[in-house]
Amino acid sequence: MSSIDSKPKTLYDKLWHEHVVRSEADGTALLYIDRHLIHEVTSPQAFEGLRLAGRQPWRKETIIAVPDHNVPTTDRHVGITDPVAKRQLETLDKNCMEFGLTEFGMNDIRQGIVHVIGPEQGATLPGMTVVCGDSHTSTHGAFGALAFGIGTSEVEHVLATQCLVQKKSKNMRVCVDGRAAPGISAKDIALAIIGKMGTAGGTGYAIEFAGDAIRALTMEGRMTVCNMAIEAGARAGMVAVDDTTINYLKGRPYAPVGKQLEQAIRYWKTLYSDDGAHFDKTVHLDTSTLEPQVTWGTSPEMVASINSSIPDPDLIDDKVKADGIRKALAYMGLEAGTDIKQIAIDKVFIGSCTNSRIEDLRAAAKVSRGKKIAATIKQALVVPGSGLIKQQAEAEGLDKIFIEAGFEWREPGCSMCLAMNADRLEPGESCASTSNRNFEGRQGQGGRTHLVSPAMAAAAAIAGHFIDINEYNGDD
Amino acid sequence: MKAFTQHTGIVAPLDRPNVDTDAIIPKQFLKSIKRSGFGPNAFDDWRYLDAGGPEIDNHTRRLNTDFILNQPPFDKATILLARENFGCGSSREHAVWALDDFGFRAVIAPSFADIFYNNSFKNGLLPIVLPAEMVDVLFKRMQQHPGVQLSIDLATQTIACENEIIASFDIDAFRKDCLLKGLDDIALTLQHADEIKAYENRRRQTAPWLFREALNKS
Ligand code: SF4
Repeated sequence: MSSIDSKPKTLYDKLWHEHVVRSEADGTALLYIDRHLIHEVTSPQAFEGLRLAGRQPWRKETIIAVPDHNVPTTDRHVGITDPVAKRQLETLDKNCMEFGLTEFGMNDIRQGIVHVIGPEQGATLPGMTVVCGDSHTSTHGAFGALAFGIGTSEVEHVLATQCLVQKKSKNMRVCVDGRAAPGISAKDIALAIIGKMGTAGGTGYAIEFAGDAIRALTMEGRMTVCNMAIEAGARAGMVAVDDTTINYLKGRPYAPVGKQLEQAIRYWKTLYSDDGAHFDKTVHLDTSTLEPQVTWGTSPEMVASINSSIPDPDLIDDKVKADGIRKALAYMGLEAGTDIKQIAIDKVFIGSCTNSRIEDLRAAAKVSRGKKIAATIKQALVVPGSGLIKQQAEAEGLDKIFIEAGFEWREPGCSMCLAMNADRLEPGESCASTSNRNFEGRQGQGGRTHLVSPAMAAAAAIAGHFIDINEYNGDD
Repeated sequence: MKAFTQHTGIVAPLDRPNVDTDAIIPKQFLKSIKRSGFGPNAFDDWRYLDAGGPEIDNHTRRLNTDFILNQPPFDKATILLARENFGCGSSREHAVWALDDFGFRAVIAPSFADIFYNNSFKNGLLPIVLPAEMVDVLFKRMQQHPGVQLSIDLATQTIACENEIIASFDIDAFRKDCLLKGLDDIALTLQHADEIKAYENRRRQTAPWLFREALNKS
């Protein structure tokens, strides 16, 4: 064995090396892509480019397409009424038909948010490179895969060549240890990490999430954490493979079976960082003292514990940062020093590729059972991540719990996470949202987003303002 | 790919950190299936006082005259000066298409989000990383002398102001070459088609499960 091979490697190093087809002198590599997920918003121009150049997709069977960003979450049977969105959905259908690609159409039970359905179908496997024209592709790293978002030109590049031209990122390990209190979820961990690192803290890095608290998470929880790696600036987030990973995958439609499964598992079990592997940066988070997290500003790093208050920009030395906070508070209509618990909300959104899986819906339903949403709440939406999750939730009676509490039970899609369809905030409205971005206008022009966990969102719906889920008894 | 060699133009200072791609081009415009026409809606929420949409004529809308890109001479700017973490958030290449369509040829910032940075090269928009202190100096200079022009030369990796070189910047050799020549990177990759096929054949042996159809597809 050469010295290069015997050098301890990080999980990211292993995934990277396995996929390098060739390298240029300056380290730029041609990286092979195993799985390509496609949605309606970032693909039309890529297919058009392919067509204009007279090219064909290199390996059709690696592609799964699904409409999710624009789809309506009500009255699916009547189809889509917005003519512009309709043209985009029809374009996806047409492209998939023309090039012979697998698509889970709008009325397929398997349709859902692209980052929810990949893992659900077993189409995301350990050791794979997974790309999608969508920044939250980092989600799939939860399976010990190298998964990252790409732009439309890169979508076209992968379609045409099955490869991407990439530069290797640096290695970062985020160690999350300590036993979290019962009300603390993967979302709180993700938000706390971003609060600590900042939204640019991970720029240029691939992050491996490690430590007891990550190991203790289910696959759903790990996906939530990896999903938000991009909000810490990292293009890819990942978790080493263990039995939790393997057990989740067994029996899923696209997962291997029989002898191939055994062979795959032998390989998957090598997907961890070797002892002594070099990380360019390490960040620690202790979850034993972690409280539920709520964002108060217009960047995910503007986050605080439920039992604290909004920071005062006058006390911050960094001028650019202080100005950023002032702009954010003006946009949010909030004042420095306000207790997080005093922030009133108008709407609630439970959904998105961060928190729309069965476990998220169970956590929100547990809080909502036998309760009513506050009279001041104008709308509370629950949007499952896929048709199959919706079906499962209904089999468990979760839909009834939500409906009785005053929530609306919707069809799967991105919905109010980015408000491309009819689900949106009106100017000035505040929202407790389980999504991943609180940028200005993200959930509707002038809308004000607070990012929280599913349990915290449900509790806020019932109380009409934020409350500590650990103190929650439903009598508020 | 559009080539970039040299460019001289007016610099617009956009003085806020973490400018995300949702701000550069809001979601309602992503319903387009084209690559062009996004310029009038670049920074839409900041640029106009009333709501916009794909079917709304921008000429009928009220401009926010407080916004830098609505103020002459910055409405003719071709270089954007920004703060850290520019282009964070969504992967939407529409953000780069919007900047390009507005007329920008380069963006200067202390740091860029990775996906935005990549997308820029694919469209001949040059993202230049300079140290935060240098960016600060440029902000002051642009505010004191509105309309002053900068000249960017990719071959020598330098920025000049009034014939004096004031900064140099780093760029990957491979990317620089592609940008200078305006190469089609798909065609470039396809020159290595044999290597890609050889890789696939190797992987078919070592990881056959990756080459299997979904047998028990529901
Ligand atoms: S749910 Fe939101 S973040 Fe996730 S893919 Fe859809 S729009 Fe993007």
